[in-house]
Amino acid sequence: MFPDQFLFAVEVMLNGLMAGVLYALVALGFVLIFKASGIFNYAQGVMALFGALTLVGIMDGQVPFAHLINAIFGTNVHHFGWHVPAFLSILLVMVVMVGLAWCVQHFIFRHLVGQEPIILFMATIGLAYFMEGFGDLMWNSEIKKLDIGIPQGGSMWIEEATAFLGGSNFYGFFIDKLEIVASVVAIILVIMLVAFAQYTKQGRAMRAVADDHQAALSVGISLSFIWVLVWSVAGFVALVAGIMWGAKSGVQFSLSLIALKALPVLMLGGFTSIPGAIVGGLIVGVGEKLFEFLIGAPFLGGATENWFAYMLALLFLVFRPQGLFGEKIIERV
Amino acid sequence: MFDQSESFVTEDGRTIGGVMMEMKNITLRFGGVVAIKDISFDVREGEIRAIIGPNGAGKSSMLNVISGFYHPQDGEVWYKGGKRPPMKPFEVARQGIARTFQNIALFEGMTVLDNVMTGRLNHMKAGILSQAFWYGKAQREETENREIVERVIDFLEIQNIRKTPVGRLPYGLKKRVELARALAADPKLLLLDEPMAGMNVEEKEDMSRFILDVNDEFGTTIVLIEHDMSVVMDISDRVVVMDYGKKIGDGTPKDVRSNQAVIDAYLGVAHD
Repeated sequence: MFPDQFLFAVEVMLNGLMAGVLYALVALGFVLIFKASGIFNYAQGVMALFGALTLVGIMDGQVPFAHLINAIFGTNVHHFGWHVPAFLSILLVMVVMVGLAWCVQHFIFRHLVGQEPIILFMATIGLAYFMEGFGDLMWNSEIKKLDIGIPQGGSMWIEEATAFLGGSNFYGFFIDKLEIVASVVAIILVIMLVAFAQYTKQGRAMRAVADDHQAALSVGISLSFIWVLVWSVAGFVALVAGIMWGAKSGVQFSLSLIALKALPVLMLGGFTSIPGAIVGGLIVGVGEKLFEFLIGAPFLGGATENWFAYMLALLFLVFRPQGLFGEKIIERV
Repeated sequence: MFDQSESFVTEDGRTIGGVMMEMKNITLRFGGVVAIKDISFDVREGEIRAIIGPNGAGKSSMLNVISGFYHPQDGEVWYKGGKRPPMKPFEVARQGIARTFQNIALFEGMTVLDNVMTGRLNHMKAGILSQAFWYGKAQREETENREIVERVIDFLEIQNIRKTPVGRLPYGLKKRVELARALAADPKLLLLDEPMAGMNVEEKEDMSRFILDVNDEFGTTIVLIEHDMSVVMDISDRVVVMDYGKKIGDGTPKDVRSNQAVIDAYLGVAHD
């Protein structure tokens, strides 16, 4: 038998891990694009929102741009009246995300090759606001429920299986099934990404482009193809993150703000490291929950989760600016 | 396609074929600066062709024109009997033209083996699904390409650093890895931009030997840039000499060495 306080702390930690997995998922999207093209993609969160919106739209058979069509033609269309199965819808959204990647490369970044990082960053801010408005126009701005059949609510099985650990006040660990599913999906996604990068021709080309553009060109790699590929993969990761967050708290504008939570994760993990994004996400997830439980709620009046991650990031910036896994910046003189 | 009647056998028994690449009246300007002024020369199949000249003569620019990194304002590039349209560097690479860089462009974060493997990228045709499930074509391809890469690695004697990240290697070895990556692509035409720059005498000798062996064993046509005259004269079949963006000499090492304009460019002339 363990003391209850300890068990509660463990439960908090487990929940933190699960939340951390979702942070990691968003951070991953950032890292992918940043590594391959040096672009810090501010629009990553909006991409998650856009992916989730499109998914709901397709599943519910919403007419895209319904408001616009009605305003121009005086019609009153809103739904096609059909429902598309979740799996098929996800495939369709993936096609949309690849199309988006192509447009982003073709209409924006192809014209900005060789520009300063700050200009590329500003371009992604523009992209973020454009996509936000475009998403609203396409699928309207109501809060939508995303239900693709992921189980939700506490897992009774885990509660019952762990109830014996504590005394009579302890009823077992409460863990949301959705978060278990999200973790499993995230783990599979990461394994897939690593396998893709390590063992496929396109993955090797992607790593090559991330390392040195000139050398990549000289072995016959098309940079614009790789950039479309990277944006597609990042779009896919964003979609997965969007689905998980959307299923948890509804598809709405605030979903795009998870990108802000990914920032401290990146500062911890390093902007160029995939393992860094994962470990960083887990540290932030566990850290903020444990801090709230142990120090925040009893001594600081709570609500520390809002700022804990940023404080941690600030400490890292002071003592280890390249993050846990980032490449150390050494200037040779 | 080539004029085979022109082919001949050199003193050391190598066959030099017809014209493979021809540069016709190339002019390249950067703003008001003329880097290359109306230069023409050809490259024959199987030969080692050197471009020499003092610093700033436009040698690297010429190599960049061939490999598609620069596009000349005037002039034509003919390759394998046809006029080449303006191409991006990766398209040129896919035509079987590999290159190395003066300031080494390697994938520093990847191992030597991975670096050399990237040279094979254009020879891999298996689709993404086939690769994902690692069946049939993908598996066969990976094994085949791996064998070729291992042969190149053996050839250049870098077996012992196969798994070392390139970033940790000393300069001389990096140059060799870069050559290995270019060779792995099995190029028809190999462009070497100062392969011996910054090397000591021993390393230079090694590199010269490798270049000769590549040409001899695989019959690869090589265009190389160097400003160390003695090395170039030893290993090349024909030499183009450039100075201030102009061609001042073209011919066998012996011809070039006795060319007054070349001597002036290298030793300087008295202006009176």
